[in-house]
Amino acid sequence: MIDASFTIQRHGFLLDVQAQIPTQGITAVFGPSGCGKTTLLRAIAGLDQHAGGRLTINGDVWQDEQTFLPTHQRPVGFVFQEASLFSHLDVRGNIEYGFKRIAPEQRNVSLERLITLLDLDKLLTRKPDTLSGGERQRVAIARALAVSPQLLLMDEPLASLDQQRKQEILPCLDALQHELSIPVIYVSHSTDEVAQVADHMLMLANGRIQASGDVHELLTRLDLPLAHAQDAEALIDAVVAEHDEQFNLTYVDFPGGRFSVPYKPLSIGVNVRVRVAARDVSLTLQHQRDTSILNIFAAEVETISDEGGAQVTVRLLVGGVPMLARITRKSASVLNITPGKAVFAQAKSVALLHGI
Amino acid sequence: MLNDADLTALAVTLKLALVSTFILLLVGTPLAWWLARSRWRFKFLLEAVIALPLVLPPTVLGFYLLIALGPNGFLGQLSETLGGRPLAFTFTGLVIGSVFYSMPFVVQPLQNAFAALGQRPLDVAATLRASPLDRFISVVMPMARPGFFTAAILGFAHTVGEFGVVLMIGGNIPGETRVVSIAIYDHVESLGYTHAHWLSGLLLLLSFLLLIAVYAFNRRSRLMVT
Repeated sequence: MIDASFTIQRHGFLLDVQAQIPTQGITAVFGPSGCGKTTLLRAIAGLDQHAGGRLTINGDVWQDEQTFLPTHQRPVGFVFQEASLFSHLDVRGNIEYGFKRIAPEQRNVSLERLITLLDLDKLLTRKPDTLSGGERQRVAIARALAVSPQLLLMDEPLASLDQQRKQEILPCLDALQHELSIPVIYVSHSTDEVAQVADHMLMLANGRIQASGDVHELLTRLDLPLAHAQDAEALIDAVVAEHDEQFNLTYVDFPGGRFSVPYKPLSIGVNVRVRVAARDVSLTLQHQRDTSILNIFAAEVETISDEGGAQVTVRLLVGGVPMLARITRKSASVLNITPGKAVFAQAKSVALLHGI
Repeated sequence: MLNDADLTALAVTLKLALVSTFILLLVGTPLAWWLARSRWRFKFLLEAVIALPLVLPPTVLGFYLLIALGPNGFLGQLSETLGGRPLAFTFTGLVIGSVFYSMPFVVQPLQNAFAALGQRPLDVAATLRASPLDRFISVVMPMARPGFFTAAILGFAHTVGEFGVVLMIGGNIPGETRVVSIAIYDHVESLGYTHAHWLSGLLLLLSFLLLIAVYAFNRRSRLMVT
């Protein structure tokens, strides 16, 4: 467990957080610009010498009233928003920079493995100024991992990249995290990135923690803002069960049933993540037979939020898994949607994220 | 052509410029680093002091240095306490004078180069386990190389070209303080125009080549970063 409590006062901005971050999986630090995400990340890395607070990682004290471990002695890897490669070194020189500075017995990942994982073989002798944005960021990630960190800190590493480049790197990130099993703290203001990579989430607003916990839970909690966003969605972890060649479909199972999604070349048994947007989910009281919708699940209404507009957001439990439905207030009233009621959720469309 | 006295003057000039440049880089680097990074609010006072030789007549600087280096001056007395002799009219005195005189030409390019680097490369290096000194040697020095190059060349060239300060504190002792610029002055005074031509032409060529080196190098490194 990472225990971080910081009080940082600067230019009239106050960051005041007490956070517990699991040392497993990817934790997204999520919030709007200027909420203190980067400040928190820099404080964890020791890059802010004026940060007052306490930081322990699995019981090791990195910072408290008496101690301040300087950045170069903290076993972290840091990926900055801009790749910030050393322009006087080629790609290999950049990756080796930190690697050479740690004792051989502390190295638990080989350079060759990182180069393969991040697909850098062909770039090794290139200078940073000849690389594309996506290539640079891949080098920066390899460079940060080459120090065999106990904790990887990423400050919006994809924010400066276009959608296509992001999709090159995001799956990489997941694979890396699983292969190296290093906890990652990933700062982002994009729900899209969070949905793709995060296991846990720490939501920041105005320098304070708004909520923290499991990402599936936080995205769908009606007392938090994300469930009310226009593009609110639920994430559901599932396993590839079967491919249907006749209809070109892939079936994935989760505790509440089976999703049918357009065919993806994935092995049976692979873990995947399914996104279901709240606006694509409708509710019925009976199981519809004469419908074109394939993804229909028995669900239980958990909570309803009524902001007084034309629509309400309903949080459902489908086999214990949270899902959101956005329906009109009128429908909610006509169908008498109340907490505890058994309903059927119809998902008009679902998206399969890469394997996780 | 050049006579022996001219060659000696040339040797003294080059030795003075080399020694001064070495000391300038040694002193100027930490000073420029501090100036580039300090947020001390009276920093501008120190910057103004360092820039003074740019605008001050060399004779004024030379005059004050003469007093400081002389038997009753602060530096002269310090030298005597340490078992030496007063520094006025010595090669050491000339080096001290040159260091003050050429300081802005070394500090300013370095300070600009350090400031242009910004904090980011240092933060990155710190997260890659580099200690502060390691960061300076492995990141700042190579990345600020054009700044070091410009600083060294300008410091060297400016020291080669000094006249007023040398005249005031160095005098005209062959083999010790008689530099090329003084030798040219002497030749002109005694109507030895041929020698004056040779020496002047030599200094002109040297200065020109050094400046070409600076501008060519800076152009190349600008192209490299874009």
